[in-house]
Amino acid sequence: MSDRVLDVKNLSIDIPLAEGMLHAVDGIDIHVDKGETLCIVGESGCGKSLTSLAVMDLLPKKAIRRLERLDLAGASILDYSEQQMSDIRGSKMGMIFQEPMTSLNPAFTIGNQMVETLQRHRNMNRVAARDLAKRMLEKVGITAADQRLNQYPHQLSGGLRQRVMIAMTLLCEPELIIADEPTTALDVTIQAQILLLLQELQSEFDMGLILITHDLGVVARIATRVAVMYAGQIVEQGTVKQIFDNPMHPYTRGLMRCIPVPGKTKPGEPLGSIPGMVPSLVGKFTGCRFAERCDHVTDACRQSDIELRAESGETQSYRCIIDAKEMAKVA
Amino acid sequence: MAGETASDADIEAIRKLYGFDRPILVQYLDWLQRAIAGDLGKSYYFRTDVSSLIGERLPTTMMLGVSAITFAIVFSVPLGVAAAIRPNSIIDRVALFLSVMGQALPSFWFALMLIILLSVNLRLLPTSGSDTWLHFVMPTVVLGYYAAPAIMRLTRTGMLEVLSTDYIRTARAKGLRPSVVLFKHALRNAIIPVVSLAAVQFGFMLGGSIVVETIFALHGAGFLAWESITRNDLPTVQGLILVFSLFYIVLTFLADLLNAWLDPRIRIS
Amino acid sequence: MPITDEVKLADESKLDSLTKKIRGHQGMIIGSVIVFAVIAIALLAPLLAPHDPYEQDLMKRLLPPFWDSRGSWEHIFGTDHLGRDYLSRLIYGARISLLIGIGAALISGLIGTIMGVMAGYFGGRVDMVVTFLITVRLSMPVVLVALAVVAIVGGSLQVVITVLGLLLWDRFAVVMRSSTLQIRSMDYVAAAQAVGCSVSRVLMTEVMPNVVNNLIVITTIEIAHAIILEAALSFLGLGVQPPLPSWGLMVSEGKDMMLFEPWLITIPGVALFLLVLAINLMGDGVRDITAPENRN
Repeated sequence: MSDRVLDVKNLSIDIPLAEGMLHAVDGIDIHVDKGETLCIVGESGCGKSLTSLAVMDLLPKKAIRRLERLDLAGASILDYSEQQMSDIRGSKMGMIFQEPMTSLNPAFTIGNQMVETLQRHRNMNRVAARDLAKRMLEKVGITAADQRLNQYPHQLSGGLRQRVMIAMTLLCEPELIIADEPTTALDVTIQAQILLLLQELQSEFDMGLILITHDLGVVARIATRVAVMYAGQIVEQGTVKQIFDNPMHPYTRGLMRCIPVPGKTKPGEPLGSIPGMVPSLVGKFTGCRFAERCDHVTDACRQSDIELRAESGETQSYRCIIDAKEMAKVA
Repeated sequence: MAGETASDADIEAIRKLYGFDRPILVQYLDWLQRAIAGDLGKSYYFRTDVSSLIGERLPTTMMLGVSAITFAIVFSVPLGVAAAIRPNSIIDRVALFLSVMGQALPSFWFALMLIILLSVNLRLLPTSGSDTWLHFVMPTVVLGYYAAPAIMRLTRTGMLEVLSTDYIRTARAKGLRPSVVLFKHALRNAIIPVVSLAAVQFGFMLGGSIVVETIFALHGAGFLAWESITRNDLPTVQGLILVFSLFYIVLTFLADLLNAWLDPRIRIS
Repeated sequence: MPITDEVKLADESKLDSLTKKIRGHQGMIIGSVIVFAVIAIALLAPLLAPHDPYEQDLMKRLLPPFWDSRGSWEHIFGTDHLGRDYLSRLIYGARISLLIGIGAALISGLIGTIMGVMAGYFGGRVDMVVTFLITVRLSMPVVLVALAVVAIVGGSLQVVITVLGLLLWDRFAVVMRSSTLQIRSMDYVAAAQAVGCSVSRVLMTEVMPNVVNNLIVITTIEIAHAIILEAALSFLGLGVQPPLPSWGLMVSEGKDMMLFEPWLITIPGVALFLLVLAINLMGDGVRDITAPENRN
């Protein structure tokens, strides 16, 4: 248990709107251990980004966060004040965002923005901080690091900027890194490099990594465990092998059919799609949220809220009242 | 200039002396030619060089202008930042209220009201002259308040925009202290257009100085303008128009320059 | 209902939503009320003014307003240094301010619109000339030039309106020029698309209202601008001439006595302030309702 980097229990996020209360995230449990990569997968709007912001306590002011437990490296940070949170942000846990083009301040040099992190959290003097920054840039594969430190963000390409972001997040050697779609805005060729880099760094620093993505290809490449989110809930979770080899929830299975999985999809085989749209989460919602789009839906699905269930002893769980094996037979 | 009781012969003599008998266009081109060379002619009234006349009076106006724009900035920027941090709060409403009020207030009336209030009733400040820095307090406020609303609004809008950017989110995620996020990261970006605006507003203050200096009897270029106009001192008036226009042009240019220099994306490309 | 649908309460017509927005905008309502009140006062001046604004009565000089112990209801706002009823002068002064504001705005609006549209439509050298003229105008110290011109030509209501009209056209020109350019670029789009109907539709529904809205906003700005400028000019003695009851002139005439008879300057000053404030609020309101993103 001392290996557990992050433990989140029963996270809910509500956002008050003009038309009512939006239940963006509903009762989520996630955990990450040292050296583990948890991928949170889901389509846009399913609440995965909000989840990561909630962990960092960076939600917009209007949002209401409710949690039963929020432990970082064994210590509860649930009731931390803003001052305390700002002390651990950037030092014990770090976050990498999706848009490298706009995530760095255009008015300051790379060096300035990296050094300030070290000055803030480690009280280093400028020379030592700059030196460490330089070494970190080299570690993420940036050549001519010394010159790069003097450059401004707009002078770097997207891929380079994302490397800088990664280096900046690693400066204080955090226990946990959350990466929110870190490769989505990058070229395909660069994507692979960045993912590889993240993997290497994770094992070197023995961190916990949460990677949020909508791209199953990324999941296949880098995940240890997977949590599939839909409409604010986790509908399935398990090891990457379990999810890919034996998806249980209809949504997960639908996702698997939508993309060509390397090694599984045969040439010429038609790709699937999931018709329908995500339901509105404003106000009270009872029953399965995937009901409208599910092939196996029954009346009972809409009656009451559905819990995650796992076969006894299994690490894989899914949120459906119909037994997975039954569904597998029909599909 | 000859006085109201002059005879026709007197008037004719003055005309010959100042070259008024030549066609207007020739007079004007002549003036322009000499102006470019730095010679702005001689004042009808003071009988000295216009250029030295203006040069003598300009520092007072410059001092007034600088303190006025400083006042406007020191007052408006913090207000705009505070309003942006808490949109729709009391401070936001107060800021917008003040800016609406400020834009409707006629400067000459404001000056007189301040004089009644501060000089007469409270006896805090002197009404005219330019001996001590106290003499500059009311003129500074009267000249500066007009630029304040625009500066406040621009700061507020700029900060609102900047505070919702990705790089501010990154700064927070890095655990930087709120004051650092606000003043180092946010303000540094939001202030760029404000600096340009301030430069342009500084130019407008030259025009505004005419009213202010006249009311407070400060012997600057604005007062000189009013004096010269009422005395039909044409060379001085022309000289002043030229000097004021030059200032506008230089300041607008400076504003663009500042804009480019403060934004590394433009500076380094 | 899918989460991506916009929540609409019922099918609102454009007029309904517009009325709703106007009602929610307190500033605009207050401003409009005041402006219309002032216009009404100006139009009905002969009926409303208790006395002749030019009638002097040196026996009744410098009487204070009714709220002072020495005041009376015969002269509600007191009298000035020549015994003229202040309320009546204030009422007739509204005419002057409005005349100046609207007159100058009309002239400058006409000049600026013509210049802007020509620049946008013809482009090329015409555009260069107009842009050059705008730059020249922008580098001129307006107050100084206005003062100088009035000093040379002599001050009067007509002169002030004309001078201000000839000086305040720059914003009109800039806006009309960019609007015209926008419309022109649509022409080319039309040629490329060869679907004439839809382009003129876009013109009517998108561009024209935008142009009209901008024009309204700028007109209110310039009206307020002209009113303040005239007041300042008259205050300095180089605007409207006595005995006309320009509010700026009234402040100027009263300033020598302002220590003992402060109402002489407070009353016309407040009137100026309220009128300009109201016009600005109206203009802000129009801009907020039609294009809140331009708020600056």
